[in-house]
Amino acid sequence: MHSLRLALDSDGTPVITTSGLTKVYRSRGREVTALDGVDLQVREGEVFGVIGQSGAGKSSLIRCINLLEKPTSGTVMVDGVDLTALAGRGPRAGKELRQARSRIGMVFQHFNLLSSRTVQSNVEVPLEILGVSGKERSRKALELLDLVGLADKAKNYPSQLSGGQKQRVGIARALAGDPKVLLSDEATSALDPETTRSILELIRDLNRQLGLTVLLITHEMDVVKTICDSAALMERGRIVESGTVAELLATPGSQLADALFPVSGEATEADRTVVDVTFHGEAATQPVISQLSRTYNIDISILGAAMDTVGGRQIGRMRIELPGRYEENVVPIGFLREQGLQVEIAGDAAGAPLLVTEGGAGNPHLVKEGVAK
Amino acid sequence: MQPLLETASLETLRMVGWSTLIAILGGLPLGVFLVLTDRGGLLQNAAVNKVVGQVVNIGRSMPFIILMVALMPLTRSITGTTIGVEAAIVPLAIGAIPFFARLVETSVREVDHGLVEAVQSMGGNTWAVVRKVLVPESLPSLISGATTTVVALIGYSAMAGAVGGGGLGNIAITYGYQRFETGLMWVTIAILAVVISVIQFIGDYAARAVSRKGRGATAPKLRLLRNTPAPAAAVEPTKAA
Ligand SMILES: Nc1ncnc2c1ncn2[C@@H]1O[C@H](COP(=O)(O)OP(=O)(O)OP(=O)(O)O)[C@@H](O)[C@H]1O
Ligand SMILES: [Mg+2]
Repeated sequence: MHSLRLALDSDGTPVITTSGLTKVYRSRGREVTALDGVDLQVREGEVFGVIGQSGAGKSSLIRCINLLEKPTSGTVMVDGVDLTALAGRGPRAGKELRQARSRIGMVFQHFNLLSSRTVQSNVEVPLEILGVSGKERSRKALELLDLVGLADKAKNYPSQLSGGQKQRVGIARALAGDPKVLLSDEATSALDPETTRSILELIRDLNRQLGLTVLLITHEMDVVKTICDSAALMERGRIVESGTVAELLATPGSQLADALFPVSGEATEADRTVVDVTFHGEAATQPVISQLSRTYNIDISILGAAMDTVGGRQIGRMRIELPGRYEENVVPIGFLREQGLQVEIAGDAAGAPLLVTEGGAGNPHLVKEGVAK
Repeated sequence: MQPLLETASLETLRMVGWSTLIAILGGLPLGVFLVLTDRGGLLQNAAVNKVVGQVVNIGRSMPFIILMVALMPLTRSITGTTIGVEAAIVPLAIGAIPFFARLVETSVREVDHGLVEAVQSMGGNTWAVVRKVLVPESLPSLISGATTTVVALIGYSAMAGAVGGGGLGNIAITYGYQRFETGLMWVTIAILAVVISVIQFIGDYAARAVSRKGRGATAPKLRLLRNTPAPAAAVEPTKAA
C-alpha cells in the first residue's frame, strides 16, 4: 500500500523487487498458499526487515527471492535481473540462475557450515564454486574472516566455535562472492540476546562499509528496531504494511509503528482524552508538551512513552492524557498537529473500534485499528 | 600345508580387494544417484528412481550362489573362464554394488538439507553439492558402510571358493568337507575370523578418525588401543567464546 510513495520518495533505486509473488505448496492433494501476491521493494543500501508471525510466509518469501523455492507465479528482480525468467522448468537451476545466485549472499538460522571443513575452508566454498584459484581463495577467505573478526579461528572446525562465531563464519562465507545483496533468514534466532546484538552490529557495519543491501527476516521486533531502515509486516502470505521506519510512524494506525514503539496506559478517569503522539525528526527535540501545557493551561499526564534512535534519528511515541472529552480538546490537539507531530486519539473516543487480529490476545503488538488511513 | 593356506589367503584377499574396489566405484555413484532422483532431490525423477531402485533391490536380495550361476556367461565373456579367482571377482563385484549402493543411500540421506541449500545459494550445481556436501559430510558413515561391504564380501568369496573360485572357501570344502581334515578347516575359520576382525577394526578406526576431524580433534593415535581417554576436544569451544 506504500509502494507507490516508496518509489517516489526513494533516493536509492530498488535492488530487490518482487511483484505479484505467489507460492503455493502442494503436497498430497493439500494446498498451502504461503505467499499471496507479494509486492516488495528493497532499495539499494538499506537494511529491510520483514517481520511476521510463524507461518506468515517469511521464509518462503526469502527463499523465493534467490529461487531456492520456485515461485508459483509473479516475478523476482534482483539487481536488474529477472531471476524468475532464468529459472528453467525442472527443479535444476540453470547456469545463468546459478551465476546470479553467486551474487546474492545468504545466511541461515542454523548456520549451515560444513562440519568436515575448517572455518577458512568453509569460507572458500563459494570461491571454489566460482572457480577462483587456490592462492586467491585463501587470501580472500582470510580477508573476510578478518572482516568478521575471526582471523584467529581460520584453522578451527565449526564444532569448536560458539553460535555467534559460527554465524560470523556464515556471514563471511555469504560475502565471498562480493554480493550486492545479503539475505538473512532468522540469522539471529538461534542466538542469545547479547550475541544477537553483536551479529546485528556486524550486519549494520557491513551494510555501511560495503554498501550492502540487506533483506532480513525475523520474528523479533527488536531486530527491526536495532538495524532496519525499512520494514514490512507479513500476515498470511501478504504484506500488510511496508515502508521506511519514518513512513510507518507517520502512518496512522500502523501496526508496525505500534509494535516498534509500544505505548500503553489506560485513562485514569472517565472524561479524559488519551492521545498518542509520535515524534520524529525535528519535532523530537522540541519541548512540545510543556508548550502545550503552558499555552492552554492544562494539566497533562504522561501515561507511557517509548523513545529510541532509529537510523541515527530520535524517534519516539508518547501516550498522554488531557482533561476533558475529545470535543473539548480539539484545539490543543490541533496545536500538536501544527508542531509537526503525528497525533492519534486512542480508545473509543476517536470512534475507531480496536480490532484484535487472530492470535492477538497473547500479542499486544497486533492490535489493529479498524480504519487504517 | 603352510604354502597352501598362504596361497588361499592371498587369493581371498585378491578377490575381496578387487570386488570391494569395483563395488565402491559402482555403488557410491549409484547410491548418490538414488538420493538425488528421489522426491525432493536435486535430480528428482520418480520414474527413474523407481526403476533403478527396483533393480538395486533385486540385485541385493538375489542369493549370491544364484547370481553367480546366472552371471556365468558374462563372467566368461569378461575373463574367458568361469572358475578361478578372476572369474569369482565378476559376480562378487556385481553382487556387492547394489549392497553398497543401499548403504550409501542411507548415509547420504542423513546429510542435513540445509547444507545442500547453502551450496545451492552460492550458485553451486548438482555436482558441487555432491562433491562438497553429500560425500564429505557423510564420509564417516560411508566408511562404515564400506567396512560392512568388505566383511560381507569375505563371506561371499568363501561361497565362490566352494564352487571353484579358489581362496579359503575352496580349502574348507576340499580339505574340510571332502577329506575330513577338520584341523585345516579350523585353521581356515581362525584366519577368516582374524581377517574380519582386523578389517572391522581398521574400518571403525578410519570412520572415527574422519568424524573426529569434523569435531575438531586431531586423528586418534593408535594409543586408542590402550584405552587412553581421548583429548577432551568438546570442552574447548566454551573457552573460545
Ligand atoms: N516445503 C513446504 N511444503 C509445504 N508447505 C510448506 C513448505 N514450506 C512452508 N510451508 C507452509 O507455508 C506456510 C509459510 O511457511 P514459512 O516457512 O514461509 O513461514 P515463516 O513465516 O517463515 O514461519 P516461521 O516464523 O515459523 O519460520 C506455512 O503454512 C508452512 O506450513
Ligand atoms: Mg521461517
